[in-house]
Amino acid sequence: MTDATPGTETAERPMIRLDRLAKRYPGQAQAAVEELSLDIPEGRIVAFVGPSGCGKTTTMKLINRLIEPTSGRIHLDGQDVTELPVHELRRRIGYAIQSSGLFPHRTVADNIATVPRLLGWPRQRVTERVDELLTMVGLAPATYRDRYPKQLSGGQQQRVGVARALGGDPQVMLMDEPFGAIDPQNREALQDEFLRIQRTVRKTIVFVTHDIDEACRMGDLIAVFGENGKVRQYDTPERILAEPADEFVAAFIGSGAAVRRLSLTRLDALDVPEWPTVDADADPERRLAVARAQDREYCLLLDADRRPAGWLPTEEADTEPPSHFPVFSTLGPHSTLFDALDLMLSADTSTVVAVDDEGRYRGVLEMDTVRELINGERTAAGHGRLQEA
Amino acid sequence: MTFLDYFASNWTDVADATLAHAVLVLQGLGLAVLIGVPVAVATYRTGAPRTAVLGFAGLLLTIPSYALFGLLITPLGLGTGPSVVALTMYALLPVLRNAVVGLRALDPAVVESARAMGMTRPRVLLTVELPLAWPVLLTGLRVATQLLLGIAAIAAAVNGPGLGNLILDGLASAGTPYAAYLTVEGCLGIVLLAVVFDLLFAGLNRLTTAKGLGA
Ligand SMILES: Nc1ncnc2c1ncn2[C@@H]1O[C@H](COP(=O)(O)OP(=O)(O)OP(=O)(O)O)[C@@H](O)[C@H]1O
Ligand SMILES: [Mg+2]
Repeated sequence: MTDATPGTETAERPMIRLDRLAKRYPGQAQAAVEELSLDIPEGRIVAFVGPSGCGKTTTMKLINRLIEPTSGRIHLDGQDVTELPVHELRRRIGYAIQSSGLFPHRTVADNIATVPRLLGWPRQRVTERVDELLTMVGLAPATYRDRYPKQLSGGQQQRVGVARALGGDPQVMLMDEPFGAIDPQNREALQDEFLRIQRTVRKTIVFVTHDIDEACRMGDLIAVFGENGKVRQYDTPERILAEPADEFVAAFIGSGAAVRRLSLTRLDALDVPEWPTVDADADPERRLAVARAQDREYCLLLDADRRPAGWLPTEEADTEPPSHFPVFSTLGPHSTLFDALDLMLSADTSTVVAVDDEGRYRGVLEMDTVRELINGERTAAGHGRLQEA
Repeated sequence: MTFLDYFASNWTDVADATLAHAVLVLQGLGLAVLIGVPVAVATYRTGAPRTAVLGFAGLLLTIPSYALFGLLITPLGLGTGPSVVALTMYALLPVLRNAVVGLRALDPAVVESARAMGMTRPRVLLTVELPLAWPVLLTGLRVATQLLLGIAAIAAAVNGPGLGNLILDGLASAGTPYAAYLTVEGCLGIVLLAVVFDLLFAGLNRLTTAKGLGA
């Protein structure tokens, strides 16, 4: 189960291949990592998640050889990592950690320039790179370039840490709970921002976390670690939440799995059920005919562009001009089922109109549809992120 | 004759002795740095060797200074040689200990990041670890200097240079009218040097501590 890349229909090129990797620290009875084989596909975020002490950090540090394995091999882009001088290997691998590890005696710009300078980039290119990265992580270069780390907030330090890890434009990034020290609200903002950056840079990323929510948000794939660095399940977040491989995984996911799955299911990945609709400019007889042909209390009025124009009460379908209620709750294709449920609860409605990017009608979600999806009575047409990428 | 009259008559001797005293202390300190910092770098990550080295340096400091200067006459003769070596031995502990403490107190995440970004070991040491440990090391130098300024007065006993000669001459001619003046001049010279060195170290600290560090 652990040696193939799951969840992807087309075989993807593995960027990192862990091959029967083991690490036993001297003087420890238990191995920290035992017989671990895992392929990490190019351009994906793979989240390592699991309880404390299960070997996530150890596994990650084996990849850039901060720790040497007891046995097993690691291939980076098809090449055995031990074939390269270790410092050259590391310059190709970005590294970001929870405590940021910024150099306190160097300015933000110098910190970010570390790897480009080690790589011998010309001065001009280094300067441009620093400004580009600062902009990318949402810090105005003119304001922050010359600051020292202690003159930054925790979140800003973390951004600089990420920018520094991206400095040399590495193929691979290793991130160990990079947002772990940030309060939950700002953490979500940083996560979103990082996903936005990843959409443009498309790095192969190992993202260590002990938070299943963060793993689901960030990971294209999730490796759930049990004790001794044994991977219990390696799959897409959707499948791990829907079909945990064993009791350990199920227990680790915990009771909120159903709700988590909601936020992983995007509306564009769903076949949204149809609803009786009628053109807003249809004549009263036509409206009455549509209304009579169904048993809902309301039909949906669509304008000339098929955008939702209002709810037409079945009882008064033929009044002229058509009496109707405005449509408050519509959601675009990038919203999730979680957003839909949230809207239903907060707007006190049982229906949400799903629309496409141009705001055109796609269908109507009902509370019952969401409930069926939670209970697995209905399956989503596909799971969004891997296909989209 | 007042003290000031006396001072006016021999102030060039006092100035020469003060200068020689300062040079002697700086020589001892310099040697201690040249020995102590590399030893600290070589041992700070280890267990037993670090303990052994610090223990040895601590032991040196407990040898009574008169005895140490005297013992060094046999291998090194009289004069500046044994004086510098004795001062080096006394300065070793503060220099070594502060270098070790400074290097060990570094945030492991910072050093790990440096390695993880592909810095070579010497580069990590020179561009990350030593600059970050510098303020602590500098404190050690300051302490060592204050310590040496006092001990260096003993150098006169082995024919070494410095203000100790004034003090010793004063003591030797005890009973003569101006004996005390000589001793007071020697002591004042040392106090003056202590104040000057302290100011210098404060200035050096301000100039050389990276802006990102400190309060
Ligand atoms: N340097 C070390 N020497 C000895 N044992 C170690 C060392 N580093 C880690 N271990 C042990 O190896 C195991 C795995 O540690 P690791 O740091 O990889 O866990 P982790 O999954 O990252 O945990 P956390 O979520 O708490 O960060 C633990 O049992 C730990 O005690
Ligand atoms: Mg860890």
